[in-house]
Amino acid sequence: MIYRRIFNAPPWRFRSPLDELHRMRKQLEQMFGDSETPHQRVSAGVFPLINLTEDKENYFVRAELPGVKGDALDIQVTANNLAISGERKIAEEEGARYHRKEREEGSFSRMIGLPGDINPDKVDAKLQNGILTVVVSKAEAAKPKQITVKS
Amino acid sequence: MADTQSKELKVREKQEVASPAEQTKSGLVFTPAVDIFETEKEITLLADMPGVKADDLTIDLRDNTLTLAADIAPVDDANEDNILVEYETGRYYRQFTLGELINQENINAKLNDGVLRLSLPKVEKATPKKITVKTG
Repeated sequence: MIYRRIFNAPPWRFRSPLDELHRMRKQLEQMFGDSETPHQRVSAGVFPLINLTEDKENYFVRAELPGVKGDALDIQVTANNLAISGERKIAEEEGARYHRKEREEGSFSRMIGLPGDINPDKVDAKLQNGILTVVVSKAEAAKPKQITVKS
Repeated sequence: MADTQSKELKVREKQEVASPAEQTKSGLVFTPAVDIFETEKEITLLADMPGVKADDLTIDLRDNTLTLAADIAPVDDANEDNILVEYETGRYYRQFTLGELINQENINAKLNDGVLRLSLPKVEKATPKKITVKTG
């Protein structure tokens, strides 16, 4: 009995079977979409790119600056901002004919806002293997305090 | 150049290598930016490899293929929490094909401030041969 089958059929049967596939794909994208791009990077678009980490005592600001000398860098702290500026120079080579020139030179200047108050007297910067690490000490008020629960 | 004002450096995302070879280690692999130039006597390669120590760098030249590979040690402590991550770190890998014959004995590599400078001296060329065309 053909007509009975039609009446009993669930409504999605009347749509294209591709609709069901689309729906499934959407669900899968929702489920796995986030895990496919675990490192959703938000860049300020200013050179140099920065990684900022913290522990209980300090903030750590790191940047990759290959070929930059320490004396070509200028680092300043004000309130809870850190300013890094400098210049990258690439020496000219005598009588060279280039096959490839991908490395760039130029000046840069960047301001980073730190999330908490800092102690401006305790800021250390070092440049090692082309990686700049600035260790900024947190202000006493910004350090986490252990709270004991009295019973 | 006419202008003395140096240009502003632009942000450039590190170039990730899809798969240089079958990976046995997990982690990201990046292509270092390089300059390659040659003079009469040698070919010089400069590569930006921030975070690489001299011990972790492997330079291999065989059959006209030059391979640069470098491992890097993670810089941050395990007990640091990320607040902002703008760049990733990982290994470096890049291969080049060299057209000229290289004097393998005198290859010189220096690593300074995260920049590798590799000097590849050319093999002394044989004197140019003159070819006479016979007629008849």
